[in-house]
Amino acid sequence: MILIVDYGIGNLRSAEKALQYSGAQASLIADPERVTEATGIVLPGVGSFGRCVEALDASQWRKPLLEAIGRGVPFLGICVGFQMLYEGSDESPDHEGLGLIPARVHRLVGAPRLPQIQWNRLKVAKPSTLFPDGIDEQWMYFVHSFAAPVTPETSSTTHYGQTFTASVEFSNVMGVQFHPEKSGIQGLELLARFAQRVEAP
Amino acid sequence: MQVARVIPCLDVTDGRVVKGVRFVDLIDAGDPVELARRYAAEGADEITFLDITASSDGRNTMLDVVERCAEEVFVPLTVGGGVRSVEDARSLLRAGAEKIGVNSAAVANPRLIEDIASEFGSQCVVVAIDVRRTRDRFEVFTHGGRSATGIDALAWVEQVCTLGAGELLVTSMDRDGTREGYDVDLLARISEVSTVSLIASGGVGGVEDLVKGITQGHADAVLAASIFHLQEATIQQAKDALTRAGLVVRPAIAPK
Repeated sequence: MILIVDYGIGNLRSAEKALQYSGAQASLIADPERVTEATGIVLPGVGSFGRCVEALDASQWRKPLLEAIGRGVPFLGICVGFQMLYEGSDESPDHEGLGLIPARVHRLVGAPRLPQIQWNRLKVAKPSTLFPDGIDEQWMYFVHSFAAPVTPETSSTTHYGQTFTASVEFSNVMGVQFHPEKSGIQGLELLARFAQRVEAP
Repeated sequence: MQVARVIPCLDVTDGRVVKGVRFVDLIDAGDPVELARRYAAEGADEITFLDITASSDGRNTMLDVVERCAEEVFVPLTVGGGVRSVEDARSLLRAGAEKIGVNSAAVANPRLIEDIASEFGSQCVVVAIDVRRTRDRFEVFTHGGRSATGIDALAWVEQVCTLGAGELLVTSMDRDGTREGYDVDLLARISEVSTVSLIASGGVGGVEDLVKGITQGHADAVLAASIFHLQEATIQQAKDALTRAGLVVRPAIAPK
């Protein structure tokens, strides 16, 4: 079962529906103890970095998530759920991220308008589960004002004012700045690739 | 990279699409969900539902429509019309809307923008602004363009950007329904003072009007209703026109 972390942030219905539509068995789970049932984990997130971190800690998800990731359970962070993989964000300097990627999220520089609310084209940086070799041109829907720098974990980038990380992948951890659940067929296909990785690691 | 968005808009009342839909090959052309699915498959970048229902029964019907839409349409959905409170916004977001349009209620109570933005984030707040030219200025109108407010549109734009608007949806009530094209002067003036994305609306008669909305009005996205509903233009044709003008768009994806 793909566990969608239900930690009281935003509307998680679309993530759930999109995963199910992609053929995955996915459930919203609010109880951290049920993390042991998960064969895959999706961490969505909308709103501010600080608010998401607070909600994650208030619902006591941080430790079980880190343990599951440590056990090798495939993990996918979406939007702020992706940003929380980093040490922190300039959006909420006092809040600590999960710290799995040694870098910080910063405000987009040089952008014509903030937030970026639009589709954008990805540039694949390395072959990965989410973007395997030979994949077609990818367009995804972005909604954000803060972004992560390009690091060795980066699997794709895009450009809005500046070049930044659109997705990361390392060992069993994946994360996407964009919203696959709102990115039409290509977004659904990405979720299906994550679900396949969960079924056949 | 700035990527122009093409957004079909559906007027919905009591759960049904109201006007001017002429899709002969749809089983139920009055069903907003069926139309939304169709447009998404044709490559629409987003879908907007404008709820013009008056009754409270109708509002629950709208929630049902949004919920059904969220089951099978996986592009961003904006729902506007009659949103008066944070609770209205919450219900729509929970049903599966990505963004909420606020208009008359925000003019009456600008704090509504702030309240929704602080509760759910600016990214989901689309401030819809209906504008008419009056004497020497652009004036904000409410209630479907019937009520003058005395508010200067450019001043209102600055205010809503500060209050936490995530996007603006600007409709020229002088052009709405005329098919004479967007009021590009209005759009250009607003684009200059806005810090957030601008969606152009009102008056589209053909795909070249969409192009002008961006090249002359400096909008970030273009919204239209009847040219799509009457099948005078497909989403693909709209995007082809934008591409020919040198603009970047997400390629329309052929229906599977």
